[in-house]
Amino acid sequence: MDAILFYACAAVAVGSAVVVIAQRNPVTSAFALIVTLCSMSVIFALLGSPFIAVLQVIVYAGAIMVLFLFVLMLLNVRREEDAPGRGGRTLRGVALALVTLLVLQAGAVLVRVPAGPAPGFDASTRRMAEVLFSPHFLYVFEATSVLILAALVGAVVLAKKEL
Amino acid sequence: MDHPAFVQHAVLLSLVLFGLGTLGVFLRRNVITVLMCVELMLNGVNLAFVAFSRAAGTLDGQVLVFFVMVVAAAEAAVGLAIVIALHRRRDTLDVDAFRLMRG
Amino acid sequence: MHELEVLDRVLPFAVLLLPLCGFVVLSLFGEWIKRDKEDAGAGYIACGTVLVSFGCAAWTTARLYGLAEAAPGLPFSQPLGFEWIEAGGFRVPFSLLVDPLSSVMMLVVTGIGSLIHVYSLGYMAHDDDRPRFFSYLNLFTFFMLLLVLGGSLPLLFVGWEGVGLCSYLLIGFWYRKDSASAAGLKAFVVNRIGDVGLILGMIFVYHSFGSLDLVDIADNSGALAPEKLWELGPVTVACLLLFLGATGKSAQIPLHVWLPDAMEGPTPVSALIHAATMVTAGVYLVARLGPLYHQSATAMLVVAVTGTVTALMAGTIAIVQNDIKRVLAYSTVSQLGFMFLAAGVGAFGVAIFHLYTHAFFKALLFLGSGSVIHAMSGEQDMRKMGGLRTRIPWTFWTFLAGTAAISGIPFFAGFYSKDEILLGALTTGHTVLFGIALFTAFLTAAYMARLLFLTFFGEFRGGHEAEHHLHESPWSMIGPLVVLAVGSVVSGYALFPGPAGGLVRLPEVVHPAFRLPPEAVHPVGWLPAVATLTAIVGILVAWYLYLSMPELRASVKAALRPALRVFEAKYFFDDVYDGFVRRVVVGGSEALLWKKVDAGVIDGAVNGAGGVAAALAQTLRPIQTGFVRHYALLVLAGAVALLSYLLWS
Repeated sequence: MDAILFYACAAVAVGSAVVVIAQRNPVTSAFALIVTLCSMSVIFALLGSPFIAVLQVIVYAGAIMVLFLFVLMLLNVRREEDAPGRGGRTLRGVALALVTLLVLQAGAVLVRVPAGPAPGFDASTRRMAEVLFSPHFLYVFEATSVLILAALVGAVVLAKKEL
Repeated sequence: MDHPAFVQHAVLLSLVLFGLGTLGVFLRRNVITVLMCVELMLNGVNLAFVAFSRAAGTLDGQVLVFFVMVVAAAEAAVGLAIVIALHRRRDTLDVDAFRLMRG
Repeated sequence: MHELEVLDRVLPFAVLLLPLCGFVVLSLFGEWIKRDKEDAGAGYIACGTVLVSFGCAAWTTARLYGLAEAAPGLPFSQPLGFEWIEAGGFRVPFSLLVDPLSSVMMLVVTGIGSLIHVYSLGYMAHDDDRPRFFSYLNLFTFFMLLLVLGGSLPLLFVGWEGVGLCSYLLIGFWYRKDSASAAGLKAFVVNRIGDVGLILGMIFVYHSFGSLDLVDIADNSGALAPEKLWELGPVTVACLLLFLGATGKSAQIPLHVWLPDAMEGPTPVSALIHAATMVTAGVYLVARLGPLYHQSATAMLVVAVTGTVTALMAGTIAIVQNDIKRVLAYSTVSQLGFMFLAAGVGAFGVAIFHLYTHAFFKALLFLGSGSVIHAMSGEQDMRKMGGLRTRIPWTFWTFLAGTAAISGIPFFAGFYSKDEILLGALTTGHTVLFGIALFTAFLTAAYMARLLFLTFFGEFRGGHEAEHHLHESPWSMIGPLVVLAVGSVVSGYALFPGPAGGLVRLPEVVHPAFRLPPEAVHPVGWLPAVATLTAIVGILVAWYLYLSMPELRASVKAALRPALRVFEAKYFFDDVYDGFVRRVVVGGSEALLWKKVDAGVIDGAVNGAGGVAAALAQTLRPIQTGFVRHYALLVLAGAVALLSYLLWS
């Protein structure tokens, strides 16, 4: 049962990803990305990480993509031009080649990862909280809050009409 | 959930997503779309982290995913702000239009 | 050993430092002291310091000979108490050496120096730059004293360089005159070339002895293996190099070219520096290192031959000179050659003896010529003089004494010292050198008599204007002349307290400095007579040619035309040097070193490096297209490469 769900979501994710990179209209790409994110969330849940799964939906799909859509609306973006741009075919060819290389090589290594889950794996929210607030990660956790503040200020300043 | 090959297949999936994202960065000409492809890449990485975390039995991978998401959010915010500023300047969102760093 | 008392420690330094104080005072306050054109305050200060210094020198010498009773001829080396140079194992203390040799030199420098200072009061009375002149004279005296009193070679070298500097300053004293500045520069540069030899020689000496202290060198030279003729051991090389320095300072071939030009300086300068003291520094150096030179047959031969050849050459040039000071300049070169001849045959004491007598009569001759020039209102060409003996009698009689002394007339000082030199050459088997020296003695008498006759005898040839201005010099100038004239007679008989208690002549009293066994020199009976005869023949030749039968002169000149041309051209030394320096050194430097090496290689390398960097950057420039996607592509390529490396290496 889980297997069917996993492969189904995987297929959906891949398909939406293709849509993201293939579609001319950016808004369509954005929505496709939302679909991908949501199916990823399911997969996270299937992999035993409920916390991350929920976080994916709330933060990624719910905040970041909404932000993207806001900007798209703001800038009134239409269909994209069709011209290949500088470098054209060469660029596509080289990029395709490199990406293929990358994926194949990484894949050659990563298939050696052990197959099943480790025994005693517990990724519930409670456990996550214990780890996040442990001395090991507490400092980083607090630092990220400062990071968000900096990003907030930066975004506001950059997007202003006049400084 | 306990399917023996889950982790491996999840890792493969993450690779595919990452690869697609990278391709998208190079093939698309709209700046915002490029940013979205970057998010796709990050997602692929997140999936890999979660899978490995499950395989190793520790939670470090999951914590890292948490942080990656936070950073992705911050990066998306700032990146989009830059896009807005650029659009205000040049009234275009074409990646190839901005070549001031030409040597 | 006699204990050194406080006075012994202080006196040598008083001798040395008084003139230095004079220099400092005069250079700082000189203009203020000279309040108006006639005031001679600066001169008085300068004379004062040197006279007091002379007094201290005499006192020191007296005490030295008093000490000598207890330990015969013992030099005492007086350290100031601080290490001047200390670098690793190389130590040079600041010490003064007081022994018979340096005491003789010290007396000469301060004694003749003070006479010349007094003379300058009169000679330079109308010169606006008097304070500068006297300050330089005092400075020179200080350096010369440092040279002769220095206890080690480096200290001697400081004095050596210092007198070279003062020579430059004083030759070019009237710097507004181009020829004077050029002459000063020429003197300094030629000296410098010799100094290279001196420095290299010092290095070799240090290599052989491990010390540069003069007493150490003298004591330990005997222990070194003597080097035979043409054997180039370290001792020979050191001696030859040091002699190169001596040729520069003492104007011997090949570095003699600066001395005649140095006559551009005021006459007191010529008397002091280029007759009595500075040019004798080379002789002093060779004599002081006599024990070392004694171990090298080659060096001794080179010294003797160089001296003799120089003496001959200078003598021949002197007979065709028309400027009164030039004759005396070449005469100095010639007499210095005699001194080196004496040193080269082993008679170091005799060389110093001749140095001593020569100081008297040469200074006298120069100061006398200064008096003549003063009377002639600045004219120096002898062809415009004549018959002055009745006009300036004091100058004439003192000048006559000097001429007799230099010609080697018996009972005058020069006779004794020159005779000893000839004796030394003869008895050591250098018959050829003896013959040449004898002929040069003939030339000496001839050109000096020629000078005397042209200047003081016959009809006055200078025109009515000059004739009206002829006047005798003031007492400040005549006084020293008289004193020196007396010295020219008496110095030949000078006697000093000897080691054995009696009174001995100068060569014996300085003998211990050379660490040689006492020689029993057998006088050759016929030598004094032959020498005197040579001198008289020379005077007679000049008499006939210039006074009694002037018509003969034209035919003699015609007969000797080719030789005379060479003499007048000074044997083409200046032309050769000029050609060499201008064409080879300057031209070669310009064409090769400047254009090819400096501009080509060095600039080329530097500019080339820059050019290469720029070219490299230019080739890499196209990578930066400005397109973000291209840059991202490069990042991706890099990541793939890294991954491949990590996976497959």
